[in-house]
Amino acid sequence: MTTLADFYAKHSRLIDQIGVNALLALSLSVSLQAGQLALAQAAFAGIAAYVSAILAMNAHWPLLATIVVAMLVASAVAAVLAYPVRRLRGVFLAIATIGFGEIVRVFANNLKITGGAEGLSGIPNDATTPVIYGSLAVVAIALFFLSRTKFALAVALVREDEYAARGVGIDVGAIRTLSLALGGAIAGLAGALYAHASFFLTPGDFGFARMEQILVWCVVGGVTSPLGAVLGAALLSILPEAIRFLADYREISNGIILLAVILFAPGGLASLWRRGVVRVRS
Amino acid sequence: MLTLENIGVRYGGVDALRDVSLSVEPNRVLGLIGPNGAGKTTLINATTGLAPLASGTIALDGKRIDGLPPHRIARAGIARTYQNIRLFGALDVRANLAAGAFPRPGRPTTAELTALLARAGIVHVDLTAQANSLAYGDQRRLEIGRALAAAPAVIMLDEPAAGMNPSETTRLVDTIRAIAAAGIAVLLIEHDMTLVRAACDSVVVLSFGEVIARGTPSEVARDPIVVEAYLGTGAEALA
Amino acid sequence: MIAQQLLNGLFLGAVYALFAVGYTLVFGVLDILNLAHAAIFTAAAFAAFSLALAGWPLPLAFLAGAVLAGLIGILLDRVAFAPLRARNAGTLVPLISSIGVAIIIGAILRGIYGVDEKHFTTGGLDTAPAIHLGPVTFTTVELAIFFSAIALMLGLSYVLRSTTLGRRIRAVAEDRVAAALLGVDLERTIAATFFIASGLGGAAGVLTGLEYNSVTLDMGGPIELKGLAVIILGGMGSVTGAVVGGFILGAVETLAIAYGLSPWRDAIVFGVMFVLLVARPTGLFGKRALRQA
Repeated sequence: MTTLADFYAKHSRLIDQIGVNALLALSLSVSLQAGQLALAQAAFAGIAAYVSAILAMNAHWPLLATIVVAMLVASAVAAVLAYPVRRLRGVFLAIATIGFGEIVRVFANNLKITGGAEGLSGIPNDATTPVIYGSLAVVAIALFFLSRTKFALAVALVREDEYAARGVGIDVGAIRTLSLALGGAIAGLAGALYAHASFFLTPGDFGFARMEQILVWCVVGGVTSPLGAVLGAALLSILPEAIRFLADYREISNGIILLAVILFAPGGLASLWRRGVVRVRS
Repeated sequence: MLTLENIGVRYGGVDALRDVSLSVEPNRVLGLIGPNGAGKTTLINATTGLAPLASGTIALDGKRIDGLPPHRIARAGIARTYQNIRLFGALDVRANLAAGAFPRPGRPTTAELTALLARAGIVHVDLTAQANSLAYGDQRRLEIGRALAAAPAVIMLDEPAAGMNPSETTRLVDTIRAIAAAGIAVLLIEHDMTLVRAACDSVVVLSFGEVIARGTPSEVARDPIVVEAYLGTGAEALA
Repeated sequence: MIAQQLLNGLFLGAVYALFAVGYTLVFGVLDILNLAHAAIFTAAAFAAFSLALAGWPLPLAFLAGAVLAGLIGILLDRVAFAPLRARNAGTLVPLISSIGVAIIIGAILRGIYGVDEKHFTTGGLDTAPAIHLGPVTFTTVELAIFFSAIALMLGLSYVLRSTTLGRRIRAVAEDRVAAALLGVDLERTIAATFFIASGLGGAAGVLTGLEYNSVTLDMGGPIELKGLAVIILGGMGSVTGAVVGGFILGAVETLAIAYGLSPWRDAIVFGVMFVLLVARPTGLFGKRALRQA
């Protein structure tokens, strides 16, 4: 028991980060499942992080209330963003949403209320490990039940063939907007928890580098699998820490794993798992 | 009943369809024939909302549907298949049929899905098979099953026999007649006149976007204007 | 005052344009958004820095950095893009594999050089007296950077327009299958494209290092994203558009500074890019339809 407590004491920060990262990966996974490479989830998380931190610091709201409002704001921003980009696909959707993320970062950098480039410090540190993993569990359960609804079917159909999806009566625009808004809400949750777990918040925390990380987690885990996204986030968050002996070279592992997955297991870790299960059964 | 009145469709200044009127009635199969480029698929696209009308109206059971977005038209009860198969290839047969049933409340049971496979003539197909792993003819029929799953008022079949051998085509006639017999209005685009003669109650002939003849299959096949229109594209198609 | 700002914009824009030309060339030929372009830019800057430190003459270090970048580009294609091309993986998967290569290059640079900023020795160029010309002032370094960038872009223009290689590259960009049928060796042409595109990106990296008199691990970050704005402005795949877009960006940025909008200039740049993507996705010079059905 003491060894477990020691382990937690030593790694609690990493453990919390993994939980937040898993939520970020889930937020992107939700919109990837609808076939949209929209790369603004980091920005949604950033907006939510600032909203919840400001509500907690300036208005002294309790944690849960700041989380709920932050999620609503992030989700609304995502839904509004879906409108102007509704006709963009593929690389062009990716670029437009990256641009949106940069605009958000510039605002965080310049507004007084966000503390400018210095950011915010002294955010109440009340997103504890149980809070983070409780949130992750709630989201995972919600997504599990969602995966058995007609909404999930519509999302899969839009991903596979938008044109044919329209032909069977699916409002593609609505599905795309909803999936982006849902991803926005999850990203919002992750951002709020991040703010309340880390004391500090700066504009760079949710810049393009973070967005790239989230994308890498999802691809390594498997783009159409929520479980894969969580696995990818966990594995790639732990790995650089586990190979600290490589010193400054250690980030190389994530690049190599990403390339290896793309080249040799295009469905991500989730597909390897499924393939393994099939092989064991047959 | 689906009614197209004086519809016109323009692509880049060219009339793809001009002043076309026709109606498709429940329990009946209407054949739509004509040389390549006559505007047959354009007519389906215009009806399903994929090609905007330049003129005319389209109504389903007296209610206007022209101008609605494609998904609303599908929900109104018009289902179709595609000339180049458009299944959700990476998904399984079950998901493809469930996709067709999307506009209906609730989700189809396994018994309902199996019944759909039977109506589409592919009872041997496994519900868990991936759609693009099926044989070509089975994929065409799965598309018909997907269209049936919507319990539509109208089904538009775009060259369903393309790529099928003669015995498969013969079986397809039974499938199409059974669909009509269930009270559905069927529009059939087809090149194979044997299939048209066997399956259709009446035929409309398009050429360069205009209706040049209409009548029973045998009337149309004897019409000199129709024979003229097919010359050069292979008059034997009418034989 | 405005003349000086516009001149500064010209200097800045030349480097943006040089970077973006390589970015857009890869897109034009292969429809790939290469997110390792900025990492190669940084690698070249560090390589030239090391060589200059080792006593190489600056022009030679510059050339060596650019050539190394070109070679990394060929390697990038072989490792991250060619296998995907062979299995027709589309255009989004290569975008992600290029991120993988960028991570690897970044980690190697970090391993070799550490995270601290390095000062570029410009071999006395930086101590040369500033040049006054009418209302404007500039340094020898700025002048050298400007003319190097212009010379490279003119060179690219010549290669694309007037050489066999250029005709092959354009043929592959136009229609890969048709080019192969006409006897163009696809893989060799693509390798040459990557060498040129990455070499130019690397040259832009070395010039940026000289411009700021320093090289850092994250120097590629801002230009990676601004480069996107430039190639959207110019029309993705259009080399001329990328050059014009680069100069427009340089001018917009320096004018933003002149009018006291400095903190907001990135928001202006990306705001314009966003609006352009939504409203006129073919950019100023692009002909291809960027929206897919």
